Amino acid sequence: MEINRDDFIIAIRSAFLKKGTKQRFSLIVLLFFSITILTLSKYNFKGITFLKSGLNEIVYRASFIISVPENFIVSSYRLTISHFNLYKDHKKLKKEFKALKAENLSNNYIISENKMLKSKIEDIVDISSEILAKVLVDKQSPFLKSIIVNRGSKDEVKLGMAVLDGEFLIGKIVEVNYLTSRVLLLSDLNSKVPVSVEPNSVQSILTGTGENFGKLQYSQIENFIINKGDQIYTSGSGGIFKSGIPVGEINIIDDSNESYVLFHSNFSQLRLVKIVLYENVN
Amino acid sequence: MSISKIPISRKLLSLGPIILLYISVLNEFDFNYLNLKYFSFNFPYILIFYWSLKGEGRLSYVLVFFAGLINDVVIGLPLGISSFTYLSICVFAVYLRNITLRVSLIKDWLFFLFTILVINSIFYSILVVFFNVKIQYYNLLFNVLYTFLFYYFFSYIFGYYLNLLRKTND
Repeated sequence: MEINRDDFIIAIRSAFLKKGTKQRFSLIVLLFFSITILTLSKYNFKGITFLKSGLNEIVYRASFIISVPENFIVSSYRLTISHFNLYKDHKKLKKEFKALKAENLSNNYIISENKMLKSKIEDIVDISSEILAKVLVDKQSPFLKSIIVNRGSKDEVKLGMAVLDGEFLIGKIVEVNYLTSRVLLLSDLNSKVPVSVEPNSVQSILTGTGENFGKLQYSQIENFIINKGDQIYTSGSGGIFKSGIPVGEINIIDDSNESYVLFHSNFSQLRLVKIVLYENVN
Repeated sequence: MSISKIPISRKLLSLGPIILLYISVLNEFDFNYLNLKYFSFNFPYILIFYWSLKGEGRLSYVLVFFAGLINDVVIGLPLGISSFTYLSICVFAVYLRNITLRVSLIKDWLFFLFTILVINSIFYSILVVFFNVKIQYYNLLFNVLYTFLFYYFFSYIFGYYLNLLRKTND
């Protein structure tokens, strides 16, 4: 592949400008188009926002339909595996159920006591709206961890609303279209949530790592003890989420005192989620 | 022969690469559920590079541009960035096609590595510098590595398909 300077220039010029008989546009024209779209989307140009919103509605639905065969194979595989593990799981769950039953009794007492104490300080936060949504697209790319759900501005979904899997926090709404929305998962590198580490009530920020676990930031302060197995709840700071939503538990504390959090929810198996808005009753 | 007179099976066969490209950008074609740490590869990169290099103009650049837009929407990237990277791959592939006298898979393979390293560096720089999107650098590196390795495998499959296309056109 030894070429001189002239050949190089001719080859480059030809690659950019020559479109051939089967192409409608040359590459340089299309590259220019994509750079223009990229620049306009950087500055949130209105036309691009409309284009994106329209594309979102079509592409999310199409993506859901196209993914059906692959999703079917994956779910069949998981179903088969769970059948093989049935007896082992049954034994484990029986043991856990017994422990949880006992714990539930003491929790009921604590909940009623907590409600009473919160009413004294006028800090009752309640769910003002709760929307059940189906996960349309679960394309957790290696770079960005997000899911698409089938509820949008038509169903009064708003930016920043919390998204739960059962009772566990999994993320928040970062993009709202008319019929669909995008949820940024807690595991995404760009996600940051104020949390409280119990039982010592250490305040911290939970950030995503791009993997299936999170990391606590600003918690390596002396006198604050974080142990393996400590529970992570939202702290309610910043007013985005209410305090006390379970998130995960401390799984690993490494040599440099960094704490890693294992989420309660498995983000790769989300099918139905709850979108909730918390508001102060008063 | 006018396009309308071409048999539907032959038309579909010639549209195969572009259909595959659209399925791969719309589908969750990433094997994430295998839970293999760091494992991911960029199938559209392989497909676009191969068919721009060997496809004799079968891969329409306009459709590649739209596939990029769709990929941005599905993954949640800034609109236009995938179109830019896909078309840049086309530029590299067409350049290689222009300067190649004797075809060699190993040379194509190494040039593909050079291409995806350059393209992913631009992709990473644009996301981090202009859009403040954080991405793991090592994830991108592993993605480059696996994409590079898989090119060899897919080039045989695509080669077989290309021969089939040529035979049906004869």
